[in-house]
Amino acid sequence: MRQLNVLQQWLFGRRHDQQWPLMLGQRRIFIVPSAAGILFAVVLLVMLVGAINYDLSLGHALIFLLAGLGLVAMVHSFHNLFGLRLTPGRADATFVGALARFPLQLDNPRRQQRRALELSFSAQPVVAVDLPAEGSASITLPCLAQRRGRLDPGRVTLVTRYPLGLFRAWSYIHPSWSCVVYPKPLRTPLPPASAATIAEHRQGDGGQEDFAGLRPRQLSDPTRHIAWKAVARRTDEQALLVKQFAGGASDELWLDWSLTPADRDSEERLSILAGWIMLADEQQACYGLRLPNQQIAPATGSAHRAACLQTLALYQTEERRDAA
Amino acid sequence: MRPSPPQAIDQAAVPWLLAVALATASPHGEHLPPWLSVLFAAALLWRLWLWWRRRPLPPRWLLALLVLAALAGIAWQYRSLLGRDSGVAMLVIFMALKPLEMKTRRDAMVVVMLGFFLLLTHYFYSQSIPTGLWLLASCTLLTAALIRLHGGSQPPAAIIRQAGLLLLQALPFMLILYLLFPRVSGPLWGLPQDAHAGRSGLSNEMAPGSISNLILSGAIAFRSHFAGGTPEKADLYWRGPVLDAYDGLTWRASTTASGRLRMAPVVEARGTPYSYSSIIEAHGQRWLLALDVATSLPAGAVQAPTLEVLAREPLRTRARFAFTSSVDYHANRSETAAVLQQALSLPPNINPRTRALAAKWKSQPPARIADAVLGLFRNEDFHYTLRPPLLGADAVDEFLFGTRRGFCEHYASAFVFLLRAAGVPARVVAGYQGGEVNPVDGYLIVRQSDAHAWAEVWLAGEGWVRYDPTAAVAPSRIEQGIVAALPQGEPLPAIVGLDADWLRQLRYRWEAANNAWDQWVLGYNPQRQREMLSRFGMANPDWQGMSAVLAVLCGVALFLVTVWTLPRRRRADPAQRAWQRYCRALERRGVTRAAWEGPLAFARRVAVERPQLAALTSEAARCYAALRYGRGDSEQLLVLQECVHRLPARWRNRP
Repeated sequence: MRQLNVLQQWLFGRRHDQQWPLMLGQRRIFIVPSAAGILFAVVLLVMLVGAINYDLSLGHALIFLLAGLGLVAMVHSFHNLFGLRLTPGRADATFVGALARFPLQLDNPRRQQRRALELSFSAQPVVAVDLPAEGSASITLPCLAQRRGRLDPGRVTLVTRYPLGLFRAWSYIHPSWSCVVYPKPLRTPLPPASAATIAEHRQGDGGQEDFAGLRPRQLSDPTRHIAWKAVARRTDEQALLVKQFAGGASDELWLDWSLTPADRDSEERLSILAGWIMLADEQQACYGLRLPNQQIAPATGSAHRAACLQTLALYQTEERRDAA
Repeated sequence: MRPSPPQAIDQAAVPWLLAVALATASPHGEHLPPWLSVLFAAALLWRLWLWWRRRPLPPRWLLALLVLAALAGIAWQYRSLLGRDSGVAMLVIFMALKPLEMKTRRDAMVVVMLGFFLLLTHYFYSQSIPTGLWLLASCTLLTAALIRLHGGSQPPAAIIRQAGLLLLQALPFMLILYLLFPRVSGPLWGLPQDAHAGRSGLSNEMAPGSISNLILSGAIAFRSHFAGGTPEKADLYWRGPVLDAYDGLTWRASTTASGRLRMAPVVEARGTPYSYSSIIEAHGQRWLLALDVATSLPAGAVQAPTLEVLAREPLRTRARFAFTSSVDYHANRSETAAVLQQALSLPPNINPRTRALAAKWKSQPPARIADAVLGLFRNEDFHYTLRPPLLGADAVDEFLFGTRRGFCEHYASAFVFLLRAAGVPARVVAGYQGGEVNPVDGYLIVRQSDAHAWAEVWLAGEGWVRYDPTAAVAPSRIEQGIVAALPQGEPLPAIVGLDADWLRQLRYRWEAANNAWDQWVLGYNPQRQREMLSRFGMANPDWQGMSAVLAVLCGVALFLVTVWTLPRRRRADPAQRAWQRYCRALERRGVTRAAWEGPLAFARRVAVERPQLAALTSEAARCYAALRYGRGDSEQLLVLQECVHRLPARWRNRP
């Protein structure tokens, strides 16, 4: 068993590939007869026995032609992968339970097309792609994000059975890919701003006096906040705009770990925090994030949201503990 | 390796698989019972309709019921499920019904494999050139179907082209394997009863009508090639079975002549011997149809005491034999009493008038009697026809004194009866007479229509002498062939009747091609393989040696195919190559062009960093830019290519 592992290690290697674009050479391509290929061989054998038994010269010719076809198919299956160039791209962050998408660019430098290339992470959906002669294709490989943190999708298996399905040629590609997986947001109402800030930031009585800007209207906004004049000026916008007022707690909303229900487990509490971040971002609120050992100062915008979600994603994961 | 889940078949691939079923099964329609052909066509049309209307496939139980019903029908039709023909019928049924439960790609693969198997079964019935061409065509179709299944949607023409290319690359392997794969002569086990059904040829008895049926067939019985000259047409008597036992209706070979006695005949040949080889079609009997009389035999054959040449086993496949024969000979001047006794025996109490006629001649010498009988045929009102009236119990009496119409079997039969009745040992010989030389390849073709029966008489001091009573009635039968001998209006043998010159030429060519095909493709047996290998220096090749050569040659072919199909990359155009060379030369001199740097920008930087190279680099860059982005001409290309040589020797004072 150990020898087998050593053999597998030597054959397939499990280290990350470093050089990009990666060109598939013969050292990387493996080929074995597929189930259909084995069936084909058995059928040929039975046919050969029949041809010998009945002394069918043309039968011999047919069987030998098919045997030759099998050998040629092996060469073609190999060439369908040989010389292919691959360049991985960066994957965008995603949420637990959603698909992480890893972009991969395939280039075909040769003058024949390549067909039916099937790529997948292990036990993940398969993406099939055809490459025209001297053409290229960009695909995204899906991988289900099951856990919070950094997702290492593992190696990509690139399989082809083209042209005849008698052989399965495959290669492993292992880019140092990773994708940040945010906790799955759990939608709960935002914590009351006062609770978050009452100690330090008591300023007036809250959010109705100081005009701070405009934002798209949401259903929960009172109609008296709609900025009719602004809407009338901006005929191109579909959504109604509402006036935003600074003041009170709403200028610095703190999404605090300690505000989440203490009886839930930590993953759920992180999900609640993620849900708050999404909600706060949708309302264009200015919010900060406070975790037991770190905090992010209040801000707005998608970069801020990404930073907050990433902090949640990596909270108390291996990486964080190593760094600490 | 992870087993892939069964993949649903691409619906657009279904017509390809129906085409596979049609191409591989339809040639069997020729010999299948009509109800099976109809069932096959109906199943295929049903599947096509389901595909067209995107209907779901029929339920499993219905298909199982259909299979059972069809199997019962086959068992009823062929009285067995184990024979060759019933096996083929079952395969056709499976091929018809499998597409109806074809849901996954794996099912489709089963259809294709079934197709390969069905292709093989065609060769039970025919291995002709058209069948060989059909092999190539249907293999292309089956390969295309596989490509369609595994390569996704493409225009049909592109798929067919790829299939053709794959087959073209497979051809060298086929040739190597065909020539070198160690051949085993079958059969490996007992064949079913009907394994060699449908062979025609002479039978080992001569009943009324048996030869006239044969004469109507234009099929080739054998072909012969003479190394030297070809004998006269009138001397071309090809000896089949010798029939020396008569029961009043049928002539048979007695056991006296061929069975118990194992005495070799004594043949004294005179005149020039003819060397020739014959390619004899399978006829399921042992006789080898040598030209009378064979003086040297092919290996493994024996000469019966009655002079015919016999193979050890019945001839199940077409085979080639080499002989030497003399047409002028004495055979068995001294004959055993048992054989002579057999050559005189007649069934009692039949043909009284013939016996009476023979009694009148009894006192004369045997040769005189034979001549008298021939004279009777020649001078009286006897006619040669393939449509004689039917004869009763005293067949010879009715023929000689009544109908007087018949062909070789009547004349030979009556002749031998008369001689035996007159006390002269005589016997009937069946075989072929004549033949036609194909001017295209020089082979003498003997057809079933050349089937003939003649007589042999034993004369003291001369041995067995051939008498052909048919020649006395219709000399043209012997000198020109059957067509000339037959009266107007008689049905002619199928092919022989074609008389238009261009048709005859066409037929000669076609038959010469068939002959070459039979000999070089179909006739390639273990013996031929040994001959060919020893010609290439492999004396006494055994299977190990052959396998080794086979493996080496296949390896070489595989290497060549690999190189041939190696990914071809586009070569950079000459301007780009020259520019890259120039830049590499500059790199060695300390100025490296950045990947993003255009030619003119690079030249400007070189001018700053290496003023000595400024003029040359800017010229090279200008040429390259013109060639690449503008309308450069060949002169500029030359200048660019020259620039690299005009660079001064390696820059010494690197910063």
